[in-house]
Amino acid sequence: MTTVPIDARLAALAEPAPAGFAASVYAGWVEVDGPVGPLYVAFTDRGISYVCPTSWMGGDAGRFLEYFRGRFGRPLRPAARAPAGLSAALRSGRGTGLDYDLRSVGEFDRKVLAKTLEIPRGEVRPYAWVAREIGHPAAVRAAGSALGRNPVPILIPCHRVVRSDGATGNYGFGPQLKVDLLRAEEVDLDGIQRLGRRRAHYVGSDTTGVFCYPSCTHARRITDGHRVELANAAAAAGAGYRPCRHCRPA
Amino acid sequence: MTDDLPLRLSRDLEGTFPDVVASYQDAVFTTALRMSGRREDAADAAAEAFLRAYTALRGYPAERIAALSVRAWLLTIVLNLVRNEARAASRRPAQVPLDRSAEVDGTEGPEAQAERHDGQARLGWLLTELPEAQRTAVVLRHVVGLPYAELAAAMGCPEGTAKSHVARGVQRLRALVPEEAR
Repeated sequence: MTTVPIDARLAALAEPAPAGFAASVYAGWVEVDGPVGPLYVAFTDRGISYVCPTSWMGGDAGRFLEYFRGRFGRPLRPAARAPAGLSAALRSGRGTGLDYDLRSVGEFDRKVLAKTLEIPRGEVRPYAWVAREIGHPAAVRAAGSALGRNPVPILIPCHRVVRSDGATGNYGFGPQLKVDLLRAEEVDLDGIQRLGRRRAHYVGSDTTGVFCYPSCTHARRITDGHRVELANAAAAAGAGYRPCRHCRPA
Repeated sequence: MTDDLPLRLSRDLEGTFPDVVASYQDAVFTTALRMSGRREDAADAAAEAFLRAYTALRGYPAERIAALSVRAWLLTIVLNLVRNEARAASRRPAQVPLDRSAEVDGTEGPEAQAERHDGQARLGWLLTELPEAQRTAVVLRHVVGLPYAELAAAMGCPEGTAKSHVARGVQRLRALVPEEAR
């Protein structure tokens, strides 16, 4: 065997960074059409990491870039194309098929966001539902705060989480945008809030014996003559109703 | 050219940072890889080092950036990351000691297993067995190829100390590598 000096052998241990290394440092960004106006969308090699209406940045891409760099500590460069499936997800209101990079938020927030992703277009759930579904029924406020920090709004539809009485509540980009998004999805906010004022947070069907949140796709199919207004889960159970398996009101 | 990099960086961070990544990604990755011996984590540690550097640079005044020895500074950052990760891993219960993981890791692919038996892979493993200061000095000097002044800056020690760490590290490796390769 030939003799190779040890420093030459050590030098041969050097390796180039893997192909595409820069893509793990940079985020790419694009501007795309959203349901109620254009959006800035930033994404890393792991998935979408930030979404923001261009109007929130005064339509100034420079402001968006500077905000993103400060918040996420990551440099940004323009991307040649949007992540696969992004436009379809925005059109359909279904963000479930996309990859998200949620490294900027904690474990609890991630659970809240994963649960919120399940809420279908055109339906809303109370903050208390999110808290209960992730196994922290007392953490209603914490769930609300986590949604307020949602780095990928609209795609993870935190706008579909409202107060128990149907009031739409707060939104990171202002309460009006939340209302606009829900109206664009044809959520019957007026009807839900009318029920809320009568302290009816659920509706049941006296033919099926099932009760739902008012915006549930099954609740919306109940005909007027068979719709029963219910104050709370206990009252519903007392009247012999079982919770809907789709919207899981209890 | 990287000669005027600190100056350009001090004037235009966003425009110049891509050059920083392109110029030093191999040195930073190699350092992470050879310090930890863990291929699966090295790219993550390298990417994290650039992100830490980026955030730090955003907060530095221009004069401080212009005076930076950029490569040595980046290598200090990645050395700290790898060291902290090793400490965190050693505190985790039921974790295989870091430098043995390649030997007992059941998830190791056939390619990695084959590589482990060749002399170079053995040398890479022996490196991770050196005391930390010697390993750092040998990796930066002989694997990355830093001049002694930069090596001392990256390690935060006098040049003479860096030289003696290199010498002792190489001496120890010579005693350990197979006869034919000395």
